[in-house]
Amino acid sequence: MRYLPLTDADRRLMLQRIGVEAVEDLFVDVPVAARLPGPLPDLPQHLGEFAVERIVSELAARNLSAGACPAFLGAGAYRHHVPASVDQLLLRGEFLTSYTPYQPEVSQGTLQALFEFQTQVALLTGMDVANASLYDGATACAEAVMMANRVTGRRKALLSGGLHPHYRDVVQTMARATGFAVDAIEPDPFQPGRLQIERLIEQLDAETSCVVVQNPGFFGRLRDFTPLADACHALGALLVVVVTEVVALGLLRPPGAMGADIVVAEGQGIGNALGFGGPHVGLFACKQHYLRQMPGRLCGQTVDAEGRRGYVLTLSTREQHIRREKATSNICTNSGLCALAFSMHLSLLGEDGLRQLAELNHAQAVQLAAMLGEVPGCRIINDSFFNEFTVELPTPAAELVEKLAGFPLLAGVPASRLYPDRPELANLLLVAVTELNTVAEMQTFVELLRRCL
Amino acid sequence: MNPQGRPTRPTGEIGAAGALNLPEPLIFEQGQEGRCGVDLPAIPDYQDRLGGLRRAGKIGLPGLSEPQVVRHYTRLSQKNFSIDGQFYPLGSCTMKHNPRLNEKLARLPGLADLHPLQPLSTVQGALALIDQLAFWLKTLTGMPAVAMAQAAGAHGEFCGMAVIKAALKARGETRSKVLAPESAHGTNPATAAALGFSVETLPANAQGRVDLDVFRSKLGPDVAAIMLTNPNTCGLFERDMIEIAEAVHAAGAYFYCDGANFNAIVGRVRPADLGIDAMHINLHKTFSTPHGGGGPGAGPVVLSEELARFAPLPWVVREGESFRLVEHRDGAGAASVGRLKGFHGQMGMFVRALAYMLSHGADGLWQVSGDAVLNANYLLASLQDLMTAPFAGPCMHEALFDDRFLKDTGVSMLDLAKALLDEGFHPPTMYFPLVVHGALLIEPTETESRETLDQFIAVLRRFAEQAQAGDTEFFHAAPRHTPLRRLDETQAARRPVLRWTPPEG
Repeated sequence: MRYLPLTDADRRLMLQRIGVEAVEDLFVDVPVAARLPGPLPDLPQHLGEFAVERIVSELAARNLSAGACPAFLGAGAYRHHVPASVDQLLLRGEFLTSYTPYQPEVSQGTLQALFEFQTQVALLTGMDVANASLYDGATACAEAVMMANRVTGRRKALLSGGLHPHYRDVVQTMARATGFAVDAIEPDPFQPGRLQIERLIEQLDAETSCVVVQNPGFFGRLRDFTPLADACHALGALLVVVVTEVVALGLLRPPGAMGADIVVAEGQGIGNALGFGGPHVGLFACKQHYLRQMPGRLCGQTVDAEGRRGYVLTLSTREQHIRREKATSNICTNSGLCALAFSMHLSLLGEDGLRQLAELNHAQAVQLAAMLGEVPGCRIINDSFFNEFTVELPTPAAELVEKLAGFPLLAGVPASRLYPDRPELANLLLVAVTELNTVAEMQTFVELLRRCL
Repeated sequence: MNPQGRPTRPTGEIGAAGALNLPEPLIFEQGQEGRCGVDLPAIPDYQDRLGGLRRAGKIGLPGLSEPQVVRHYTRLSQKNFSIDGQFYPLGSCTMKHNPRLNEKLARLPGLADLHPLQPLSTVQGALALIDQLAFWLKTLTGMPAVAMAQAAGAHGEFCGMAVIKAALKARGETRSKVLAPESAHGTNPATAAALGFSVETLPANAQGRVDLDVFRSKLGPDVAAIMLTNPNTCGLFERDMIEIAEAVHAAGAYFYCDGANFNAIVGRVRPADLGIDAMHINLHKTFSTPHGGGGPGAGPVVLSEELARFAPLPWVVREGESFRLVEHRDGAGAASVGRLKGFHGQMGMFVRALAYMLSHGADGLWQVSGDAVLNANYLLASLQDLMTAPFAGPCMHEALFDDRFLKDTGVSMLDLAKALLDEGFHPPTMYFPLVVHGALLIEPTETESRETLDQFIAVLRRFAEQAQAGDTEFFHAAPRHTPLRRLDETQAARRPVLRWTPPEG
């Protein structure tokens, strides 16, 4: 077996030193009834590299990859170009095969990269501090709500109807499991943004720990949450702003400038593949004031014994390995390598690259929205958007998407995939455009749509 | 100097610190306006639809070219220890070799370039892969069901305990207490507490295991579950697993097993045969998906028949030759605790774990646990005359020592660990588990050669003798040859600097 260095001669010699006859003698503490007599018969025997490669490649070949056809899917996961150097650097074994940096003297690479990551996230979101990442945007959103509960001593969260339904679901799961209340406003993509904010403000009360909103909203609309932030703060509640398409922050007014107290984002769009939904990376930033209530790991600057600048994991008295049942979260392993990929890609982009990338995404989306808006029976319902908008079709969106997949073209995400119990949303299709979509692809989309409707 | 009095740039002259250990400025200190590491097409003339929400002012990100970025991260990487480069016997973390085939396969466009919300007809291979991995996990554990989507071990624990809470509720019961041994990972009590349970600690007996009599005395109608790591964090198999399971079930409670240490028994012992109800499996430990400097991981949870219907969403269902997803809390998903994560789980980790399993096969996995346990016992047998082991062997996949052998030497376990760094070894886990004083928990894994173990043994033996001979200065000054020497963690926590800020003036 190519991954196992011990030879039979090694094993004999080692058993001799230990003073037992056979490896089985080391398993004497296992109850006899639970000891298997030999390798499990229901599983195959070991395989060489090319045999494994063949099996997995066959599974891969049974999928239609988004890069193999025009693809316009978003809804919380976005297909952006990741520069070749990101993956090459990520594959360096010193990053790939190291553990959480508990020994800072031999982990400065990971630690400095995390310190840079935290700074980048704070800058992008317009917040004071950021942590070293959480699992994904949806779990980060639930952590934000639980943090707001701790900060305010209240136990009721108000969720906007524009919040991604998976994020809403994760918050609701955590609420049922850990015991807090959630008011989730129903999605109403046809209502103007201003009215949605007014409705949230009406529902706020002195029991509310936080309001969770998303920008751009799930259906793509952009909103200014400043009035909502003011209303929250007047009642002692926190404003949590969610961003599921992080590239948008290159072009949009950041949540920090709208008065957000906590910002969470899905970082996949920078540096990370779609990957069928994971692993992705949760970004988490907040105001300095709430620092000690933050979940997850934090990297901080310090000095070594010779006065040289260095970095360590810090404020770990919040964390489970120290605080155990009193920890701010049970999180341990997070999304380190995805955070590193994010940071590398953002380093390549820099100020100018990110702004240009975001502008390009928006410009292309504006172009496709105009083209789709001219298809008979189709209507763009957004008054504003970044790189994703919602089309109202004359037929159920899921059927159309299935039909177009046969060409093949991946037309977008039908709202019914996420809201199967809402027939009034059945004709809505979420369409996302990134820098990877060409004008020719957009034309193909429009032509096929005309043909299929 | 920044406002906290710490240097804002690396100190020391270039070259003075050693050829491979150059001080590397932050990206923010290297950026120049007008530089960029990507080339993008020009923006066409257009009318924006941002609704007046365009960003005003600069973000503040530095501009770097591609060669600068490549050099920056290459230099940073050279400041890290890793499994690729060093023996990394970190107890309870299973730092085994990460096969590169798995990296190659995880990057196949047919798996990496899939959107999670594509029509199910276009992702049948991906769903089949998840189903196959689930089959392996169920077969290896003997359990009938598995929840796949959790992102890490602690996330899996939360899933398992939430499922148990839901099952109790469905029975019309509210039980408030969870029992967990003193030696448990911190995530166990943190998880139980997050779910609103009070945590009662079980003391260890003189053999480093759960004291069956004390345990039985704590069982009652208010106990929801026991959370037990097996093999436990002392590196020992809980001999009374079956009796514990019987007692738990007789009391109407559930048996949650922390599977972080599954590597010791994989392919040789099925946890189902020990009577457990739920167990998470860290794919990033037993099944070798890379730790990546702190994740991403994956924490599938195997479940008993009774608990299966409460599993979190989504899950894959096979219908004849095709697969679909149960994604909502209705129909088949009506009893589910709900969704714990966005989308469908850590697909990238699934691919790597399946490739690992296919490579080993049943025979290879049998050898994996055998060699892991053999390597740990070899270390134990080779060191226990000079160092002190708190419990009699054999151990499972990790060997535990305490600091009695350092008593009155003036050298602490931390000092010893720092000295190991200078020898090119990553220190084992220290001061955990909490049940022994000054713990040193060594997990060699099966992917280390006897030669490496012998080198490590030789160094530890030398250190034990050196400490006992009173050479305290050697240990207190360590490490000397690492990129940085000991870091001031107290200062870091007292006056936290968690991000770069532009130098004043």
